Amino acid sequence: MVNYRPRDLDRVFATLADPTRRAILARLAQQECLSVSALAEPFSIKLPAVMKHLDVLDDAGLITRSKQGRTVEVRLSAAPLREASAWLRPYERFWAPALDRLAAHAERKEAQARAAEREGKGR
Amino acid sequence: MRSATLVRRIAARPSIVFEALTTAEGVAAWWGPDDLPVIRAEVDARVGGAYRVRFRTVDGKEHESSGEFLEVVPSRRIVMSWHWTVGGVEEERGRTSRLELDLVPIPEGTELTLTHADLEGEASAKSHAGGWGGALDKLVRHLEKRRK
Repeated sequence: MVNYRPRDLDRVFATLADPTRRAILARLAQQECLSVSALAEPFSIKLPAVMKHLDVLDDAGLITRSKQGRTVEVRLSAAPLREASAWLRPYERFWAPALDRLAAHAERKEAQARAAEREGKGR
Repeated sequence: MRSATLVRRIAARPSIVFEALTTAEGVAAWWGPDDLPVIRAEVDARVGGAYRVRFRTVDGKEHESSGEFLEVVPSRRIVMSWHWTVGGVEEERGRTSRLELDLVPIPEGTELTLTHADLEGEASAKSHAGGWGGALDKLVRHLEKRRK
């Protein structure tokens, strides 16, 4: 099921607007898990700058970090990316909110039908 | 080929969900990508029957989705051809797509699976040619244009 939380989507897209952060995600998409120093290696920027990018990625829910002894391991967290890419596809964008309303409408009708059935039985 | 599959579990029996999908009153209650009301809905839910839904989106544009019912199995399954226009102009280069809705009864009500897929290529266009009429003519013209 596609679940839209617009505010989170805003943050995901804002996070993806930076080329270094996209490059970090691309590397994590290829290798399941990397230490912070391994991640920083190919970039020409300093480690603290990489750390800052990792904070932004973490805040947007795009990565998770875990401490393993003295190193910090970074992993890709795919769900928000999936959601963002689903949003970009026009059919999902059209149908997801429409189906939410369809469900609400049908559930209202179901409640009405049940009330009518109860009344019928009560007579 | 583009396609989308969405699944919703709905706390309502399949016959009620089916009615919401196949009557003008039902469709008018939920159709469209935002909360603006549907302007007009015409639904003739039998094989070969037409549907036409006109709605406005928050950007002020008027859209129309229209097509034909290709399969109708009460409370179970609906297949239709699908075609968009915006402000009277063809969207997606006049492409026709296919919408499938499957309803499966579950303890809490209905599991609805919606699949919306582009029809790409002549082979798939031909196999669904059954009762398309004007939409098919447009599709064929579109495919010929692309081949040039």
